[in-house]
Amino acid sequence: MKFQKLSFTSILILMAAMLLISCGKATQTIEASINQGNDNQIGGVLRVLNWQGYGSDESFALDEFGKMYGVKVEHDYITSEEEMLTKLRTSPGVYDVLLPNLAYLPIAVQEGLLEPIDTSMLENWNDLLSRFKDLDDIRSNGQVYGVPWTWGATAMVYNTEVYPDGIDSMQVFWDPNYAGQIAWWDSYEDTMALVGIAMGDPDPYHPKDLNAVKQKMMELMPQVKTLWASEDEFDKLFANKDISLGVFWSGSASRAATVMGLPMKFVIPKEGAIAWIDTWAIAKDAPNREAAYRWIDYMISSGFYIRWDTEVGAPAPTTQSSIDALPADAFNRAVMGDPQVISRLVWMQTVSAEDRQQWNQIWEEVKAAQ
Amino acid sequence: MSFIRKNLTRFLLLLPSYSWLLFAVLIPLLIMLVFSFLSDTPLGSRDVYATLKNYQTYFSLGFYWVLTSKSILTAVYTTFICLLIAYPMAYAIARRLPGRWKAALFMLVIVPLWSNTLVRLYSWAIVLRDGGVLEYALKSIGLPIQNLSILYSYPAVIIGLVHGYLPYMVLTIYVVLDRLDDSLLEAAASLGANPWQRFLRVTVPLSLPGVIAGVIMTFIPVMGSFIEPRLLGGKEGTMIGTVIEDQFVQLFNWPLGAAIAFLLLLMVLVMLTAMGLFVRRLNRTSIGGTE
Repeated sequence: MKFQKLSFTSILILMAAMLLISCGKATQTIEASINQGNDNQIGGVLRVLNWQGYGSDESFALDEFGKMYGVKVEHDYITSEEEMLTKLRTSPGVYDVLLPNLAYLPIAVQEGLLEPIDTSMLENWNDLLSRFKDLDDIRSNGQVYGVPWTWGATAMVYNTEVYPDGIDSMQVFWDPNYAGQIAWWDSYEDTMALVGIAMGDPDPYHPKDLNAVKQKMMELMPQVKTLWASEDEFDKLFANKDISLGVFWSGSASRAATVMGLPMKFVIPKEGAIAWIDTWAIAKDAPNREAAYRWIDYMISSGFYIRWDTEVGAPAPTTQSSIDALPADAFNRAVMGDPQVISRLVWMQTVSAEDRQQWNQIWEEVKAAQ
Repeated sequence: MSFIRKNLTRFLLLLPSYSWLLFAVLIPLLIMLVFSFLSDTPLGSRDVYATLKNYQTYFSLGFYWVLTSKSILTAVYTTFICLLIAYPMAYAIARRLPGRWKAALFMLVIVPLWSNTLVRLYSWAIVLRDGGVLEYALKSIGLPIQNLSILYSYPAVIIGLVHGYLPYMVLTIYVVLDRLDDSLLEAAASLGANPWQRFLRVTVPLSLPGVIAGVIMTFIPVMGSFIEPRLLGGKEGTMIGTVIEDQFVQLFNWPLGAAIAFLLLLMVLVMLTAMGLFVRRLNRTSIGGTE
């Protein structure tokens, strides 16, 4: 029995959609200064879907972009990749641009949520490093759907004041000497991959023995002080010295050191780390397509990146001119540009809905045993 | 003519509230009930069919039941502690305090309701964490405490929940105690009942409707709570409410989330019915068949 074709179902879906939109709406608006006599003016509103505090909502960016094109930029925030997809599914024609992770881009393309991008309309497209520009995963049927913006790693950070000798192995997470010092990222997907990497699995996104991974998670839990769910939460735990060790993102670690001056050092352990790429995409039936193209072009410009990285702290860039503008010893150039480091990275992969359901159940079961 | 007008007035008066209930409560609830019997969330280009597998999933995984009992137990603890604190408080405000003190204390009870849940919970985090306000206070009165370690544990969840739901309990009990007819107490006194007897056999039974309302307003939301466990419970903060949240936010599996939520609702209804029957019996025996 198929429900889909009944018209009453579509009404139900509409109602559900309205509910979802009214929940958790957090928009931020910056009035663009009107600059008359400038040919570049596009006008109107640009609706951006992104994580909060992730570069695109920095006030300098909203000001600069607003002045250049006379566009008012409005943000709507997400707390998970799934939420981003859900917002696109339930409100088509509302958003212009969004920032899906490369591992989630194929799902969005497959469900028809995105528009193909004409790369000839992006001045900075050719500035992208070829290893990002030529990625298979940003394409479908020969058309580009995502523009790689930043990339980074999910790995470990430690407090340099507590561990002056440094740490280079993930085994500390299972070492009783470090019990109660650890804040772990509450994500079933990344936990699955990281624990797999720690166990020496070269392909942690296709685990062969789920029970062994689960057992390793069980051994991890007594070591963990708490699980964190947002960047801000981790920063607070670290600043309060509640913890001295944990799983964190490279860009966030750089922000914590730059903005808050925390003694936080990010390491890619010898076992490896998760690496991810975030890409800008244009939503299907975007109301302000022209502004969307200009926005993506501005976001990948080195002018924006350098200000973001020096004033706030950012993950690694994807364009040559941004790398050239970084100091030679900068983490995002020295470490993230080191072929030795890159060879240790495990690139995040698209996980099927069935696998995600199963991984989530394993992680919930491990947590339920606490 | 006047009959029609009277009915029309009644209809117009009730129209806003009932249409609100219909659109904001009943219809979304029905949508979710339909979803809970579907194979997939029917949005985007997905083929869906009717199935019972979401309900089967709940019963086939043991830890779902472990988390459900944990949530039920949490609701029992929270409700009980709330009742223990709220009854004397409501009694004092309603029956033992002069007018202006009443207003001031009443304000103190209501103020937490005005503040945002997140603000309230983060304040608790500051109070409860190691080296936090509570630890400092206990140390300064000379208690030999090394590490309090309350934050990111189960007791922290209970503290956060009790604080959040206490006002509802105080308010509902206060309302019935405030309206308690003094002549009934005087009658009991004139028939020779001492203060304890008057309290136990007149005040308490007559305040039961308020107590029950408070228990319901606390128990049901606490059973499905997820923000307090997530923010204060750390790794001990996984409950059935956070599982439901995961299904909606992390996995886009609305059908499974909805199925678990409806099973929870069913359990609540069963428990409330049982409680209702029990209270009715209690009432009948304590004040000689007023039922």
